[in-house]
Amino acid sequence: MTGVTITPLASFRNERPYPFCPGCGHGSILDALDRALVSRNADPARVVVVSDIGCSGLSDQYFATSAFHGLHGRSITYATGIKLARPDLDVVVIMGDGGTGIGGAHLLSAARRNIGITVLVFNNLNFGMTGGQHSTTTPPGAVTATTPGGNLERPLDIVATVGVNGAQFAWRGTSFDADLPDRIAEAMGSGGFALLDIWELCTAYYVRANAFSRRAIDATIAELGFETGLLYHRDYPEYAAAAHSRPAPQPAVAEPIVPEFATALDRRLGIVAAGAAGGRVRSAARLVAHAAMLGGLWVAQRDDYPITVKTGHSLSMLAVGPDPIRYAAIPIPDVVVVAAPEGLAKARPLLAAMDAGGLVVTTPDLTPQTAAQVVVVDPGEAGVRIPKADLALALLTVAVARTGVVPAEALRRAAGAGDPRFAAKTIETIDAALSLAG
Amino acid sequence: MGPPALIAPPSPGHATGSMSTGTRELVDGATAIVRGALDAGCDFFAGYPITPASQILMAMMRELPARGGVAVQGEDEIASIGMCIGAAMTGARAMTATSGPGISLYSEHLGLAVMGEVPLVVVDVQRLGPATGGATTAAQGDVQFVRWGTSGGYPVVVLAPASIGDCYHLTRRAFELAERFRTPVFLLTDKELNLTVASVEVPFAGVLPPMPDVPPRLETTGAPYRYEPAEAVPPLRAYGGDRTVRFTGSSHDEQAFITKDPAAVGALNRHLIEKIDAHSAAIEIVEHHADPKAEVLVVAFGITAGAALDAADAARRDGTPVSVFLPKTLWPIPERALARALEGIRRVVVAELNDGQYRREIDRRAGPAKVIGVNRIDGELITPAQILEALR
Repeated sequence: MTGVTITPLASFRNERPYPFCPGCGHGSILDALDRALVSRNADPARVVVVSDIGCSGLSDQYFATSAFHGLHGRSITYATGIKLARPDLDVVVIMGDGGTGIGGAHLLSAARRNIGITVLVFNNLNFGMTGGQHSTTTPPGAVTATTPGGNLERPLDIVATVGVNGAQFAWRGTSFDADLPDRIAEAMGSGGFALLDIWELCTAYYVRANAFSRRAIDATIAELGFETGLLYHRDYPEYAAAAHSRPAPQPAVAEPIVPEFATALDRRLGIVAAGAAGGRVRSAARLVAHAAMLGGLWVAQRDDYPITVKTGHSLSMLAVGPDPIRYAAIPIPDVVVVAAPEGLAKARPLLAAMDAGGLVVTTPDLTPQTAAQVVVVDPGEAGVRIPKADLALALLTVAVARTGVVPAEALRRAAGAGDPRFAAKTIETIDAALSLAG
Repeated sequence: MGPPALIAPPSPGHATGSMSTGTRELVDGATAIVRGALDAGCDFFAGYPITPASQILMAMMRELPARGGVAVQGEDEIASIGMCIGAAMTGARAMTATSGPGISLYSEHLGLAVMGEVPLVVVDVQRLGPATGGATTAAQGDVQFVRWGTSGGYPVVVLAPASIGDCYHLTRRAFELAERFRTPVFLLTDKELNLTVASVEVPFAGVLPPMPDVPPRLETTGAPYRYEPAEAVPPLRAYGGDRTVRFTGSSHDEQAFITKDPAAVGALNRHLIEKIDAHSAAIEIVEHHADPKAEVLVVAFGITAGAALDAADAARRDGTPVSVFLPKTLWPIPERALARALEGIRRVVVAELNDGQYRREIDRRAGPAKVIGVNRIDGELITPAQILEALR
């Protein structure tokens, strides 16, 4: 220990008096938070009090800490962002039973993640600020402004909900508990997601409408079968610390393509590859795009496939030309390769729009309806077996060879630059297809 | 004030033809946005999966940790933008990305970011609406939605990239504007621009002059909010320094205490408007291909800009002089550059993938010029031929 003496702050409250109704529990809970901060000897600039909406949402204004007053039910989202960006800060969320209900998804997710924030639920069993309406914690039968005949809903067990979903620390008690400051301090020191469900009196509405009292709080908790005290206390990895300490994934690496070949293409060509899901249509088109870039051409590739990606058609539309492609769509293609019935069905309007100047490359089992020249390629006649998954590439290779978009060597070079596990096989397919191109 | 910023036409390769010696890459708009964000120093990203914006989320999850940043998939869109706001208040450079249905859920937090003066970049990869609409279908239907996406109707900044190069440069500028004016800045793109892979020159072609008079991004003392003069924007006071900082989404005084005092509330709200409106000249970015002989002007933005340029080229080949105006800043409206572009113009063609949302803005400013629209809402792109027909 050094000889430096640190004088703890006597209070984290500022000089503003609380605005709460006589008998309201909010002031007692805030006093307990104040004492917890004193006992933790916290640096006020390193504490962020994040408040929600409702009377308890006014709370941050009475503390000399940093503060964030946000929207209804969303306080946990800001607290999570603050903690993720600055894990060294102490983040305390103050929310009512209203915010707990409307922000239920955030409550669940914060517990699951075990994000290191401390949530104080000011649970007065109804909406005080808006006129005493029922909330997700209003007991059955209770009379509120919106349950004049008695509440028909079961209340949310907040502690059990966060507890079974991974909270590090979950406690239930009341604003009258003498040990509340110690429990808040423990929660803040738990190192994970901590929640205190603090039952209290809303003297403006709930107490009046239900002849409610301090003693009735205890009786209601018992009637509901809820327990009090520290009900969950585990030790899980905290999310913000884990996010900053786990090994980072490998960032993507840029793959520049430098032109190596001259090409004679002096106009824009629209090439469409139409096949079936699993037919590697997109990668085949991508390979041709790469080859065209090796030939100094500009390209743009649009793909079309069902949202359920492993079924149905797969279409790639590749615009290639000597100038940058500013408009990438291909209303009428110059070249279509048809590799599967699913692709044929999808490409039917495109095939119908083509004229005699167009080129269609397909296999003997398919019969495209088009005015374009149709070249039928039988993959069985190739010297080596062309796998079904490489058929689109084989047909595209034939189309490239016949139109002279880029030299065959550019296709081989593009294939060689791809995944080394498949490069040799891909080049074999390209060569086999070139032997069929005539 | 200087002339409006200009982004150069796509690339020198355009003029030199097939054997440009420049280095090229095959990338999509999502990749360019991610690289722009990383080069802008983005160190916090939160998002929720949605087609066609998920590529940005996935890339940020991979890229940020190695750079010391944090990327997180929120439990929903509301949480994702909420986390970004919290992180931004610690001084992080935060971005989120979604599509139109996600913007619907962002709405309340866009208002919070406006009210709390939070620097934040929001990417909207537009898809066809309303509702689920067409998840993989191009559209530009969020032009007015993003401008008016919060209760109260306060201004935001909206940038619309028209090319993959723009995606990079405008993402960087979006961060600069968000920090300079402490405001949410939208990058309004679309399915086609985000997912189409194309050859681009790297470094990304395009020139954007630096922002003038940029004050420090952060400060450690002083009131967190200041309303006089109304257009001035103080640097951000971030959490975690030596002094406490207050933030609130309620009407507040300069110390972020809630107030109903009409003088304070009026000063706050006037400030929120003036800090954008008074700086529109510094925010406006356009690409204006002016032909002094032209009496016809094509206005297009985003994915439709390419078709407009192709159509104008075709018209010129036919002997019709045409000017093309591509606003890259959609909001605030680039008033000065637009007024200049409208000089001597008798006919304006506004092409957009909606039913005329930006046309109404052009129409209000076009004086005697006749303004007509070329529009599609069927999920297909507007073709150069459609625009060419309207030019004649």
